[in-house]
Amino acid sequence: MAAATIHVDVVSAEESIFSGEAEFVVLPGEAGELGIYPRHTPLITRIRPGAVRILPAGGGEEQLIFVAGGILEVQPKVITVLADTAIRGHDLDEAKANEALQRAEEARAKAKDKQEIAVVEGELAMLAAQLAAIRRLRKK
Amino acid sequence: MPGTKEIRMKIRSVQNTRKITKAMEMVAASKMRKAQERMRHARPYGEKIRNVAAHISHANPEYKHPFLVARDSVKRVGIIVITTDKGLCGALNTNLLRMVLQQYKAWQAEGEEVEVCALGNKGLGFMQRLGANIVSQAIQLGDRPQMDKLIGAIKVMLDGYVEDRFDRLLLAYNRFFNTMKQEPIIEQLLPLSGERLGSPETLWDYLYEPEAKAVLDQVMTRYIEAVIFQAVAENMASEQSARMVAMKAASDNAATLIDELTLIYNKNRQAAITKELSEIVGGAAAV
Repeated sequence: MAAATIHVDVVSAEESIFSGEAEFVVLPGEAGELGIYPRHTPLITRIRPGAVRILPAGGGEEQLIFVAGGILEVQPKVITVLADTAIRGHDLDEAKANEALQRAEEARAKAKDKQEIAVVEGELAMLAAQLAAIRRLRKK
Repeated sequence: MPGTKEIRMKIRSVQNTRKITKAMEMVAASKMRKAQERMRHARPYGEKIRNVAAHISHANPEYKHPFLVARDSVKRVGIIVITTDKGLCGALNTNLLRMVLQQYKAWQAEGEEVEVCALGNKGLGFMQRLGANIVSQAIQLGDRPQMDKLIGAIKVMLDGYVEDRFDRLLLAYNRFFNTMKQEPIIEQLLPLSGERLGSPETLWDYLYEPEAKAVLDQVMTRYIEAVIFQAVAENMASEQSARMVAMKAASDNAATLIDELTLIYNKNRQAAITKELSEIVGGAAAV
């Protein structure tokens, strides 16, 4: 049994946090603490904010990783922890969405009365002309 | 012919400009390396979560997540436009926004309603002037993409799709190929096509905690967020590369300008000396 190990990946959207072989992993599952040994049955669950403990293969120091929630996927040979980078919750997300909505609202209020698309197009055309001029200049 | 003094001042001013563009070039170069690294770091998560999403959606044919269901009538569109916060990065934003504008006009011509989510200052300003219906926005994203800042704006759009405010969701950003090449691209985010998700190599039955539906909901949302996050990271890498190239071009142009001006300056100086000499010679002859 000592030889049995399982590959563990802990990744977040911003970076890869841990990748390596492990003998045993403990995670804060949504329904309770989970301890996973190699050859665990396939499992998918959400995890709560908390610490992931990984016991690396071949002894070595126990790794402690804090995750702000996320998803755990257990396959026969691989454990993947898809960690959230920020603490998420329905209410929190909702609050953020509202904030974004509000900002959009304010921006709209600030925006000048509907300017014609033509104005913007003109600006674009001008920029394009500038670019063309620069290109010609460079060729020369 | 301009005076010697004016030319000298002009040269000095161009030299100062070149110092600035040179500095910006170097700053962009170092930021670019970091941005590219970040972009690469963001990849594993996207791939892993795509695998999981593909797995679950294949393992659970009885539950179709709304993101996967194609709508019959496509009359309203949501688009997420990712641009930079700052300018001075060549034609990066211009190219992207021109592409978006074309699409936008095509939609308007067909009478489709468009809702816009602007990520990045430049796109926001453009959309405002366009008079577009901006439903959410996130600006001042910084040099480092942070999920935290994007969540709110993205959620508004995902909710919009689930609540039937629009029938498809598109994503416009600059795809990063290499330092010299970035291309604007508009791709469809929702409904999620089967190809994009791919199919898993092997299938096995998972245990679900708490239940398949709840997990799938979260996985799908995270997946879309990851795709958008990746796009933001790519756009940032593109921004720094484009800025570096643009600033390099500006420095080179300034150098050419300085050379030309120096030539004129020297000619001018020589002409003045010659003139003075001939005056002296002429004066001596007259005496």
